[in-house]
Amino acid sequence: MIDFCGIELAHPVVNGSGTFDAIAARRVFGDALLERFPFAAFVSKTVTLEPRQGNPPPRLWELAGGMLNSIGLPNKGLDGYLAEDLPKLAELPVPLIVNVMGSSPEEVGRLVAAFAERDEVAALELNVSCPNVKTGLLMGADPGETAALLDAVRHLTTKPVIVKLTPNCVSPAAVAAAAEDHGADAVSLINTLRGMAMDPRRPARPWLGGVTGGMSGPAVRAVALAQVREVRARVAVPIVGMGGVQSGRHAADLLEAGADVVGVGTESFRDPLAGGRVADELARLSASGRAAPRAGVRHAAHVAQNG
Amino acid sequence: MSAGARPGAPAGRGSAVSDGRTLAPFGRRRAPVTGVERVGAYAVVSVADADGPAPDPGQFYMLAAAERWGGGADERPFLPRAFSVMRGHPGGRLDFLLEDVGPGTARLAELAPGEDVWLLGPLGRGFAAPRDGRRPVLAGGGVGIAPLAAWADAFGAAALVLLGFRDAEHAEGAALIPGARVATDDGSRGHRGLVTELLAAELGGDPRAEVYACGPPPMLEAVRAMCAEHGVPAQLALESGMACGYGACFGCVVPTRTGYVRLCVDGPVLDAAELEAVA
Repeated sequence: MIDFCGIELAHPVVNGSGTFDAIAARRVFGDALLERFPFAAFVSKTVTLEPRQGNPPPRLWELAGGMLNSIGLPNKGLDGYLAEDLPKLAELPVPLIVNVMGSSPEEVGRLVAAFAERDEVAALELNVSCPNVKTGLLMGADPGETAALLDAVRHLTTKPVIVKLTPNCVSPAAVAAAAEDHGADAVSLINTLRGMAMDPRRPARPWLGGVTGGMSGPAVRAVALAQVREVRARVAVPIVGMGGVQSGRHAADLLEAGADVVGVGTESFRDPLAGGRVADELARLSASGRAAPRAGVRHAAHVAQNG
Repeated sequence: MSAGARPGAPAGRGSAVSDGRTLAPFGRRRAPVTGVERVGAYAVVSVADADGPAPDPGQFYMLAAAERWGGGADERPFLPRAFSVMRGHPGGRLDFLLEDVGPGTARLAELAPGEDVWLLGPLGRGFAAPRDGRRPVLAGGGVGIAPLAAWADAFGAAALVLLGFRDAEHAEGAALIPGARVATDDGSRGHRGLVTELLAAELGGDPRAEVYACGPPPMLEAVRAMCAEHGVPAQLALESGMACGYGACFGCVVPTRTGYVRLCVDGPVLDAAELEAVA
């Protein structure tokens, strides 16, 4: 058991926002999904105030050891999510963390306020880091912008607020410190790295419909480890670490670099059960002494500090 | 099997049904390759999926070689690849049709018995029975003939099957659906020209049909437009690049009249009336 911001997690593995659709998965796999749900908490795909269609295809490009995505945050919008998705996600056997994004602190505030009063929601994650949409990047690339965002929304909810950092900035640690100083309960990283691919069939044309996209998968693991270490050296709040995790060993490395909880994202595309498999492998490594049992220790300390 | 029955409805091996489709076991599974047969320009990869449910015609699977997946051109592939099931046999053998066109299909085409694949599926919504007692007309192009094989089997001799290929080497694939009429771009076999020309002649003779089509986008768009003009209902099996196959990534969308739709969960078979155009 892990205590993450007062939320009880059966194990330290969650999904990266936008890398698993629990509602679609239930249509595909049936109720077997609920019996073997791969994550200790479910993080929803980003919800925005207004519905979004997302980027024109192509939205995917395969790379050596990973991929680019330029999905564009399609979602039903706040009203559609509350009416259609939230009731279904409330049926999952694990806590629900809702990821939200707005183009201004005021917009984010409206989203936070809407979820603050919903008992189905255990925590909120602020997407300030999507590299596919310019507005999101602004708030997460600069400590001052991040501070202003937290100032605008922190008082709107007593639920835990997690800030999802962007790796595409000069100092994720400075942004994390600003988030912590202005009331964030946790930070999560890394999001995807900004990248691009050329269309192999048409000269000088980018492949992705959105032109640039976010890189993920095993090729970013080393970046994730470095940034988790850097952020850990600056903040005391819990860290959700992710980036290219494919195994218990990769998860253990992130925990040893300073994370408290681990996210699995792209690997779920190759194996829908990846989250559960990583959790099982991590448990075996911990039991055999080949992984530092970090999470429990960190949360006890954090809770002691903050009551 | 009569035209009014629901062809492809799951039977036998303990499958469960949700919103009409056969559900997939949760998670990918290893399955042994039992054969790889060359058929002209194509390879038919057969896999033993003894514990899996029988797929509906038009459903697909995500495939990857269990060993040495990656390290090809540009160190790819990384993600699995999506293939419509060509045929599901009693006892669990699944046949997939593929052509070596990239690092993923190159690796799959060189599989041999004794190797395993990772299998996820069956996925997606397959073909639905013809409405109003219409006669089924199946039109396939190139590797797109694959899902039509299982669908043709469901109708027995009652379905007219029209297949188009670019040349004689590819037209050898017609042997996979016995009794099909063939067109080749270069005229090296059958009708010289496009399969859509065969379809136009057929619908012109008797439009009381339901068309089922799978092939390259320009072919599907021609079928869509032709059927719209003739007032003939059609179901199109579309294709898109995919990462996951089960709705997680939102990468496989196509535009429809009501917005982007994920082919993996809401397709790959779509009613032609839902589409403004096939991109």
